[in-house]
Amino acid sequence: MKNKKKPEKIIFQSEKDVPLMPMSVGSMLFNKTGAWRNIRPEIDLANCIQCGICWKFCPDVAIYIENEFPVIDYDYCKGCGICAEECPSKCIAMVEELK
Amino acid sequence: MKKVIMGNHALSWGAQLARAQVIAAYPITPQTQVVELLSEMCASKTLDAKFIKVESEHSAMAACLGASLAGARTFTATSAQGLTLMHELLHWASGGRMPVVMGNINRAMAPGWSIWTDQNDSLSQRDTGWIQFYCASNQEVLDTVIQAFKVSEQLLIPSMVVLDAFALSHTYEVVDIPDQAKVDAYLPRFNPPVRLTPSDPHAFGGLTSPEHYFEFRYKLQKDMEKAPALIEETGREYEKMFGRYLGLVEDYLCEDADLILVTSGTAGYTARVGVDLLRKEGVKAGNLRIKVFRPFPFEKVRQVVAGAKKVAVVDRNISYGHHGIFYQEVKSALYGADHDVPVFGFITGLGGRDVTPDTFKEVAGLTMAKSRPEEEITWIGVKK
Amino acid sequence: MKKERTMKLTLPTEELMSSGNLACQGCGATLAMRYVLKALGQKTALCIPACCWSVIDGPVPYSTLAVPIFHCAFETAAASASGLKAGLEMVGDTETTVVAWAGDGGTFDIGIQALSGAAERNDDFIYVCYDNEAYMNTGIQRSSATPYGAWTTTTPVKHFKNRPKKDIDSIMAAHRIPYIATANTSYPEDLYKKMKKAKDIKGTRFFHIYAPCPTGWKARPEDTIKFGRMVVQNCIFPLYEVENGEKYTINIRPREKKPIVDYLRLQGRFRHLKDEDIAFMQAEVDRNWERLLKKCETK
Repeated sequence: MKNKKKPEKIIFQSEKDVPLMPMSVGSMLFNKTGAWRNIRPEIDLANCIQCGICWKFCPDVAIYIENEFPVIDYDYCKGCGICAEECPSKCIAMVEELK
Repeated sequence: MKKVIMGNHALSWGAQLARAQVIAAYPITPQTQVVELLSEMCASKTLDAKFIKVESEHSAMAACLGASLAGARTFTATSAQGLTLMHELLHWASGGRMPVVMGNINRAMAPGWSIWTDQNDSLSQRDTGWIQFYCASNQEVLDTVIQAFKVSEQLLIPSMVVLDAFALSHTYEVVDIPDQAKVDAYLPRFNPPVRLTPSDPHAFGGLTSPEHYFEFRYKLQKDMEKAPALIEETGREYEKMFGRYLGLVEDYLCEDADLILVTSGTAGYTARVGVDLLRKEGVKAGNLRIKVFRPFPFEKVRQVVAGAKKVAVVDRNISYGHHGIFYQEVKSALYGADHDVPVFGFITGLGGRDVTPDTFKEVAGLTMAKSRPEEEITWIGVKK
Repeated sequence: MKKERTMKLTLPTEELMSSGNLACQGCGATLAMRYVLKALGQKTALCIPACCWSVIDGPVPYSTLAVPIFHCAFETAAASASGLKAGLEMVGDTETTVVAWAGDGGTFDIGIQALSGAAERNDDFIYVCYDNEAYMNTGIQRSSATPYGAWTTTTPVKHFKNRPKKDIDSIMAAHRIPYIATANTSYPEDLYKKMKKAKDIKGTRFFHIYAPCPTGWKARPEDTIKFGRMVVQNCIFPLYEVENGEKYTINIRPREKKPIVDYLRLQGRFRHLKDEDIAFMQAEVDRNWERLLKKCETK
């Protein structure tokens, strides 16, 4: 369930490359919103009870499931802290982002 | 099949023959008969279309845009207050490249409430990026609607077919209603290159930064510039199949004319009578009736006016703080042309004040009396 | 990592919304979209008027969603959806669910005429209002959905919003449309279930989704889900359905009704409130809850 699509920024060289009306031709995955963070979530998998709540409540779809456990996609995680706040076993800590 | 129908119904017949698929409209005098007949046509299934009885003209155009984006052929009709209520969305239609065709009955803008004709409502939309056709007969209305769909859908630019209130909308004339099968051959199904569908998802019309906006608008203008030639070409095709040619202008006795009147709408037909009267008096007059206002037919106007000594533009509209609108555009078309023809501007007939052949005789008299036009507007018919 | 057991997720895993969107941290409106699209699936078309989502989706030439969007004029969400649905049907697509997706401004205020018109005609689409309780996209100005007592840039602290929140759900019920539901991103399974139910109903369906906005409410982004739970537990934003304008069903009843003061204390937009203001607001919430309970009793 990890975002498989390869992100690419779109550049139009001439008006001939531009579509007829303003419209989308690509995905926003090129935009690595992980750069917005000041704090980052870290999951202590030893205490994770695999409830899926962190995956469920992420507004940025930045938590995916791998081998039945949640994994944070740090390319996109904005550090909102919802996962840490909602985790029932309190196994997610918000730590200072190291730039 | 020949039928005696009113101008408004010529619009409805045009939409039916063109097989419009979605109609969203709100009633307003003097357009009501357009939508009433279309409602009946939908109800009796002579027209297979969805008629959305919206609660305002703004919603009418919004619904048309949604339908057009889905790839359906869309039609609506309105007038004055309704047209101006849609103004924001007129920009949307052209910028979004949605080829809606709309009938507009020229009606004077309020206040005070007027249901009679003048052209300010449609002309004040001239910068919205819509093709504008001005009709002078019910036959022209029906023929123009069908051709408008063809031109609009090819260029992906919306168009409006404009009629004078009452003088055309409510006047009954004999109209040759073309055969449906022939219209189907002339006008195929709407098949846009891109449409809104989950099978090919795009977000249409989102946030556009200075990095991109300019090119979209450049493309719109470039496609608009193709319109005059395309209108003539589709007009010739129509002539082959149905025997009538519309074109960008109507040239009545202009070839040897010294004085050319420039008109539009039904006043343009009245001007022909005026021209006949002038000719009887020995004045070599001619009438140039402009049928397509946007895109403005620069070349055609220069061509027709080339041999004249004087041009008199008669406007049934005004841009406050400037002059009549056709006058401004004709003047700018002739600026820098090979020869210098003085252009005289007249304003008459606002709010439905009657325009008669005598109006044109007066215009001609005033034009011939002066060698150069004045800066000030010459008003015909105002009680001074 | 030893595989302990399989995860039992309460929602389908397919995502129709990607990462990289432009939402603020902790945005309730973004979560709402994620859940709604899970329920409706890929055969969905959205009409989005001017609102936060006009920006969240990303600028031209990008989009964060796997479904098509008609970005439409501010007042026209419902009218655009009516037209889009009609157009799709006429070109042979009778399956795609059309959704008007508007904020509270585009629903309660500038968009209410088009919404009322479409609802009266019972046009076939789902109207979703995600309610962050102010004109957030233009910088937190008050709307008629702003609750009594709230600070916004146009209702500063000395003149806080002193009119009650417009009761849009009752307005929509008066139109006798087949289905109305309130929903909340803190109860995604409830939202999912109701949206799935709505998908199969023909006619105008209206969803009012509570969408916390940390930026506009001056709250911590991590409290978004907590807020949603609180407004159900203190009855500020009950979760209920209305069928055909008459049959009211409350979906989640709080075991004990909590006082609103704890909710208000967590948001900067309520910081200026005095005890008497809070008491006034509490009385209003109590009255509204009683009124809703009565509506549920009538058969």
